[in-house]
Amino acid sequence: MTDAAVPLARKGSRAWRSLRRNPSAIVGAVIVIPIILLAVFAPVLPIADPNATSWTAIRLPPSAQYWLGTDEIGRDILSRMIWGARASLLAGVISVAIALVTGVPLGLLAGYFGGWVDMVISRITEALLAMPFLIMAIALAAFLGPSLTNAMIAIGLSAMPIIIRLTRGQVLAVKAEDYVEGARAVGLNHIEIMGRYILPNIVPPIIVQATLTVATAIIAEASLSFLGLGQQAPAASWGSMLNTAKNFLTQAPTYALFPGLAIFLVVVGFNLLGDGLREALDPREN
Amino acid sequence: MHIFIAKRLLVAIPTLLLVSVFVFFLQKLLPGDPILALAGEERDPVVLAELRERYGFNDPLPVQYVRWVAAAATGDLGISLRTGQPVLELIGQKLPVTIQLAVMALGIAFLLGVPAGIYAAVRQRRLGDHAVNFLALAALSVPNFWLGIMLILLVSVNLQWLPASGYVSPWENLALSLKTMIMPAVVLGTGLSATLLRHTRSSMMGVLKSDYIRTARAKGLSGQAVVLGHAFRNAVLPVITLTALLFGELLAGAVLTEQIFTIPGFGKLIVDAVFTRDYAVVQGVVLCTAAGFILLNLVADVLYVLLNPRLRSQL
Repeated sequence: MTDAAVPLARKGSRAWRSLRRNPSAIVGAVIVIPIILLAVFAPVLPIADPNATSWTAIRLPPSAQYWLGTDEIGRDILSRMIWGARASLLAGVISVAIALVTGVPLGLLAGYFGGWVDMVISRITEALLAMPFLIMAIALAAFLGPSLTNAMIAIGLSAMPIIIRLTRGQVLAVKAEDYVEGARAVGLNHIEIMGRYILPNIVPPIIVQATLTVATAIIAEASLSFLGLGQQAPAASWGSMLNTAKNFLTQAPTYALFPGLAIFLVVVGFNLLGDGLREALDPREN
Repeated sequence: MHIFIAKRLLVAIPTLLLVSVFVFFLQKLLPGDPILALAGEERDPVVLAELRERYGFNDPLPVQYVRWVAAAATGDLGISLRTGQPVLELIGQKLPVTIQLAVMALGIAFLLGVPAGIYAAVRQRRLGDHAVNFLALAALSVPNFWLGIMLILLVSVNLQWLPASGYVSPWENLALSLKTMIMPAVVLGTGLSATLLRHTRSSMMGVLKSDYIRTARAKGLSGQAVVLGHAFRNAVLPVITLTALLFGELLAGAVLTEQIFTIPGFGKLIVDAVFTRDYAVVQGVVLCTAAGFILLNLVADVLYVLLNPRLRSQL
C-alpha cells in the first residue's frame, strides 16, 4: 500500500504523535497558544480600555500601574498590545483563509483537468507571482482604500498564487496514483474524485504552507498598518503602534520595543509550528 | 543559445501582457469616478463630459486597455498627478537610489549568508548547525521595519555613530553615501542573508553527499580543500541563480526600509503615490516591478544554463 493510500485518520494520528515529539512544533505552540488566548479573551481580561486616553499619563515608562508604559496620548500600551494581537492574528488567519478558499479550487482544477484549463490558470498564476507580494498588497490596499478588511483581502489575494501553484503540483502527483485510476474506473464523476480521493491526500502540504503563510501574512499586515494602509486609528495594531513609536524614539524608547517584539515572537512561533508540521506530516522527514 | 533565449522571451511576453491586464483593471477597482479625481474642484457637467471624452473614458474597456498598453509599450506610463512629471521619468530618477540600496544589501546578505550556510552544512545536525539555523529563523521572522527602528535607536540615537535618515548620491560623496546607506542595507540584507543561508546549506548538503566528494576525501585532501575547492564550486551555482529570484523580496523590503530611513527611492515613490492617490504612478511602479521580475527570471534561467557545463552542452 502506498503512503498516500493510508486512511487519513490513521495518518492524522501518526502525524499527531510525531508532532507532539517535535521540538520545533512544541516551542512554536508554546509561543503561539498564549498569544491566541490573550487575543481571544481580550474583551473579558481585566485590562484598561485600549482607547481610553489620559492627559496626565503621557508617554510614561513601564511601571506597576502601566506594565508596558503609556503612549503619546496616555493610552495603556499593554492593553493596546493585547488588542493589537487580535488584529494581527485575525489578519493572519483570515487572509490565509482567503488565499486557501480561492487558491485550492483553482489549483485543483488546473492540476486535475490539465490542458487549456491548466494553461490559463498557470499563466495567470505566473503573472500574479511576477508582482512582489508586498508591492501587490500595497497597490491593492491603495485602490481598495485603507482598512484592516481591505488589507486582509489584499494580503489574501497576494498569497493566493503560491497556494494555487502548490495545490496544482500536489494534484499532479496524486492524480497518477492507482486509487485515483480505480475511482475513475468505477465511474465516479470528477467532483467525487476530486473531493473524496484527491483533496484529502493533498491536505498535509497545504496545512504546512498555510501555517507558514500565516507568519508571512502577519508581517504583511504589520507592514501595511505601519505604512498606514491597514488597521485605522484609533483601533490598535502592532504595525500602527510602531509607526507612531518611531516618532518618539528619544522620549519613549520602550514604546517601539514591545510591538516589534510581539510581531517577532508570533512570526517565529508560526514559522516553528510550520517547520514542525512539515517534519511531522512529510514521511520523508521521518 | 540564441534560440533558448528567444524561446524564454516568447514565454515572458504573455506573462507581461497578463500583468498589464491586472494593472489596468486595478484602476477600475477604484470606487467613484476617476474623472472627478482628475477634475479636482471642477464640478461643471459640461467640463466633466469634455474631460471624459478627452481621456477616452467613453470608449469600451477593451479599447481603453489597448490604448493604455500601447502607450505603456512605448514608455508612456502617464503623468504623475502630484508632480506633473511623466511616470517613467519619475521612476528613472528614483530607481538608481533603490538599486544602490539593493546592491549593498545583497552584498551584506552574501557575506553573511553564504559562509554561514557552508558552515551549517559542514556541521550538519550538530550544535553549530542548530545555532546557525536558529539565527536564520530569527532573521527571517524579524519585521525589517522594526529592526530598522531598533538600529536607529541604538546606533543613531544612543551611540550617534551613523545618521538616522537621508540620502547622499555616491557620485557626490562616496564615503558619506556609504555611511548613510550602510544601516538601511544591513536592515534589508538581514532577511535575505537567511534565505541565502538556507539555500546554500541545502545545496551544500546535497553536494557533500555526492560520489566525487567521497573520492576527493579518499584521495586524502584536507577537509577545507574538499569543502571550498570541490563542493562549494558546485553548490554555489543554484545560489547565484536564486539571487535573481530574490528581487521581489528585495523590492518589498526596500519599500519599508526606505520609509523608515526616509530614502527617496522606488519604494518611497510607491508609498507616497498611494497616499496622494497618484494612481498612474502606482500602476507604473507595479508594471515596472513585474517587468523587472520577469526579466531577472529570464537572466536567472540563462545564467543557470551558462554556468552549468552539462546543460550548456545540451543546447
